[in-house]
This record gives sequence, structure tokens and C-alpha cells, in this order.
Amino acid sequence: MIRVRALRKRFDVHERSPGVAAAFRSLFRRRTRAVLAVDGIDLDIAPGERVGFLGPNGAGKTTTLKILSGLLHPTSGEVRVDGHEPRRREDAFLKKIMLVLGQKQQLLWDLPASETFELNRAVYDVPRAQYEETLRELVDLLELKELINKPARTLSLGERMKCELAAALIHRPRVLFLDEPTIGLDVTTQATVRDFVKRYNERSGATLILTSHDMGDVEQLCPRVVLIDHGKLLYDGALDQLVARTRPDKRIVLRFARPVDADDLVKLGKLVRHDTGQSVLQVHKDAVNAVVGHALAQLPVSDLLVESAPLEEVMSELFTRNRRREAGGEAER
Amino acid sequence: MSLRNTARAFPTLLRIGFVDAVAYRAEMFIWVLATTMPLVMLALWSTVAREAPIGRYGEAQFTAYFLATFVVRQLTGSWVFYDMNFAVRNGTLAMRLLRPVHPLWAYGAEALAAMPMRFAVSLPIAVVAMAVVGAHGMTHDPVLWGVWVASVIGSWLITLLVNLMIGCASFYIESSLKLMDAWLVFFFILSGYIIPIDLFPPTLRALVEWLPFRFQIGFPVEVMTGAHGRGAALALLGGQWLWVAAGFGATALMWRGGLRRFAAYGG
Repeated sequence: MIRVRALRKRFDVHERSPGVAAAFRSLFRRRTRAVLAVDGIDLDIAPGERVGFLGPNGAGKTTTLKILSGLLHPTSGEVRVDGHEPRRREDAFLKKIMLVLGQKQQLLWDLPASETFELNRAVYDVPRAQYEETLRELVDLLELKELINKPARTLSLGERMKCELAAALIHRPRVLFLDEPTIGLDVTTQATVRDFVKRYNERSGATLILTSHDMGDVEQLCPRVVLIDHGKLLYDGALDQLVARTRPDKRIVLRFARPVDADDLVKLGKLVRHDTGQSVLQVHKDAVNAVVGHALAQLPVSDLLVESAPLEEVMSELFTRNRRREAGGEAER
Repeated sequence: MSLRNTARAFPTLLRIGFVDAVAYRAEMFIWVLATTMPLVMLALWSTVAREAPIGRYGEAQFTAYFLATFVVRQLTGSWVFYDMNFAVRNGTLAMRLLRPVHPLWAYGAEALAAMPMRFAVSLPIAVVAMAVVGAHGMTHDPVLWGVWVASVIGSWLITLLVNLMIGCASFYIESSLKLMDAWLVFFFILSGYIIPIDLFPPTLRALVEWLPFRFQIGFPVEVMTGAHGRGAALALLGGQWLWVAAGFGATALMWRGGLRRFAAYGG
């Protein structure tokens, strides 16, 4: 479905120091700096896959999405999405894709969302019967009945994002690019959006590419992740393998029936947290069975949970390691 | 992007554009007040001409000229450069680029969609003004009225294309709002909007007749007020549509080049 080879995107960014003098000087001489936002990415994504693009701010994730959706022209490299070259923005291509930007909107600001839906029906040339059916489903699944006749500007952020998603899916795109779709949403709306997106992918077989800083989005939606930093690909593969590779340790969350002394716990592994009634131990994955057995036998354990390290920590560690390596002048991969 | 796709969506684009144009009632009322400049000029020049005619303009001619100016301006005004400049700078143009309808056609549809509202609001003012001061000095030649219709369409297109070009300029210079300010200075002076072009000194007038500003206002107004015979009017119409063709070419070039530079800033 998606094939990317040696993709590069360079921006020439204007720079000037703060202050009136610098502003005046920049009228006559502008300083620009070339920024390589995407630096030689190769990627293949099969139809129906759900892939998460992860990386720190400015890593090149959104730029890659914008190139894949035809908004930006690549500086060099080859990009194909379902056989199309995105930068040509042919009708046939645009009718197959949609990009939802969490911080941009396609809803007509002063009009009810239903007008945007109707506009999209016309521009995507969706047959009336199909439109009615799709809209009914979307209104039902996203609980939009009370919202679609209110002007978009009067909707809350969460309500607007649900309407944005509906507007994006009126033409049933085969490739859906989602850039930070849950940014700023409350927990309930986040869950609704994630659940809806997953169901859309499962029911329609659409390919889904998502960027998010919310690891909850990634954990629940993306079996495959692509890590990007400084425009380069750091990892492309299964999420659970990435976690196991980066943090082979497991965490054992222990709840106790009565207080336990910290000295009794440090013997078992690295004590990450120790509160009244609950402690968290970090142990190598090969030692989990032994530590659990010992804890159950020796300590007043009332509840026990074994889990991987939080994804946020894994990502943070990975990107920190990468930047140290880059600073040390080592090879990128 | 195919024209067929755009043509199919055009009625909906127009309908949505119309609904959008009437979304704010207070704003519309203020806009009506802000477009009465030709009526102010009418009062001013008519008072001056009461003493003695200026050029070929007596009180009645000035009245006819500025009523015609008011109508032409209402029918040909466009401000899409503002939306476009904003969309390029903050990246929301991305949302338009994702749709299989050329954004420039969509902007054109939005400008056109505002027309019925402008017409409905401005026509009663023109009718009342004509009833009060009389409609002397308007042409009675049906051929010239035909030329007038074509000239108003040409004028609308030149104004729209200038808006689109200034909007496209924001791809290159980041913000193009001041460009429109500069254009408007020349437009107000050289288009015949506040001073009829035949009152200009001969050398300036010779220059102005070659520039596009005159074809935005002065030319349709002159046709409407019978300043030209059929032959001269048709020749000027040809000149106007050459500017339209040049505008289409320049807009297409600026758009194509600009799109390569579009950075789609922001999330």
C-alpha cells in the first residue's frame, strides 16, 4: 500500500536574533539555515496495517505524514501510496486518503458540522445513498446526533474532534493518516476516538498511520511502530519487541496486607517505588518467576501484577540513548 | 485535479459559500455601511459641479457616474486574498489541498457565493438612490448593456485574480497583506473609483488606460454611463479580457511555484 525509499525533505528556515536591531538587519540580509526534517527514510506498509510513527517533537513524523498525503513535495526519494505519487495530488489519490490533523480543522468554523459533511459528499462525489448510510453509522458510533447541527465554533475540543473524524471518513478513505488525534482530549473522549479508529480499521480494512505523543494511543492502536528521530528511522517493527529489546526488565507491582520493610524488598530486585501498602520492583525478565515465588512465600502479598516498563519511559530512554550516540559521533544504526 | 470533479461540486461550493457569507448578520450590516464610499463621492463631486461642470461632468453626470461605480464595485468586490494569506501562513491551506477540488476554484466559488448577498443588500440602495436623484446619463443601447455585462464579469475576474495572486504571494514572502494595501492605494486612485479617469491630466490618463485598475471599475462604469460608442467599448472590452487572460496565466504560475514552497506549518 505504501512504499517509501530514501525519502528526504529539507526546509530552508529563516533565522534572526531577537531585538529591534536584528529585525532591521534582517530587512536587508536574511539568514537561512537548511534543516533536514526527513533524512533517508525507507518504509513499506501493507494494506490494512496500523502503524504508529513515534518520535520527539521535531523528529520528522508529521513532515513524513504530510509528504505521504501529498501536502509537501519531497526534496528527493521515492514515495508511492496505493500506486500514486502523492505530490501530484490526483483526484483518484485524494479520494483514497485522508489526513486528520489534531491541531488543524477542516470543519467550516461558522457553520454546523453537517454542512462540512455535505460539502465533503459533493467534493468526493459520494453517492447519496452511500453518504446517508455512512453518516448514519458515524453519527451512531461517535454519538454525534446532538452535535452536527451546532456551529463548529460552539463545539468543545472533544466534540469537534469527533466531528472532524466523521468529516474525514465520509468518503471512506482507504488510507487514514492521523496526526495527534487525541491531543487535548479528556480520557473518555480519548477512549471513544481510539475505539472508533480501531473499529474503522477492522471493518473497512483501511490502512492506518498514526503519530501521537500519547503512548495510550500507540499501545491500543498500533501493533507496529516506526521510530523517527532527527529525520532518521531508528526502529521499525513490533511494539512489544521494541519494549523487550529496550527494557528487558519487568516490573512487579506488589500490594501488601500489612506494611513491609524496604530492606526485605531490595534483596529481590531494584526497588522503583515503595509506598505504604504498595511497592514496585524492577527485575530482569528471566528472574520474574523466582522473585514472584519468593515474594508470595515470604511476604504478606495481597495482590500482584507483572508488567512491562511504561512505554513513555521506554521511548524516553531510547531517544536519550540515540542522542547520546549521535553526540558521540557513533553510527546512526 | 479534474475540472469535471470541480464542476460537479460547484453548486454545493456555492451553496455553502452563501450560507457562510450570511452567518454573521451584524458583520454584514457593517460591511454595507463600509461600501458606501461612491455615494460619499457622489455627494462631494455633485456639490462641486453645482457651481460649474468639471470636464464633461455636470451634477447629473456625476450622479450617474458614482451610482454606476457603486453598483459595479458591489458586483465585482472580492477579499479572498485575506483568507488565502491566513491559510498559507498558518498551514490551514493543507485542509483545502486534501480535497479533490482545486483550492483556487474553491476560493472562486466562495467569492461568487457572496454575490447574491451583496446584490440583495446593495441593489435596494442603488434603486432608492436612483429614484431620489434620477437615472439620467445611463446608456439606453442594448448592445452596450451586453458589453457592460461582459465588462462586469471581466472586472470581477481581474479583481478575483489579483486577490488570488496576492494570496499566492504569501508562499514567497510569508505575509502578503501589505501587498494588498499597496494595490488598493493604486486601485482607489487609478481605477476611477473616486475620480473619473477622464478628469486625469492627459499624460497620466494615457498611462492609466493601459493599466488593469481602470478595467476593474472605470471601464464598466463608462460603458454603463454611455461614455463610449459601440466600437470603442468593444475594443476596450478586448483589452480588459487580455488582462483577464494574463491574470489567469500569472495566477497559475504563482500557484504552481508557490505550492512547491508550501511548508504546511503547524501540527
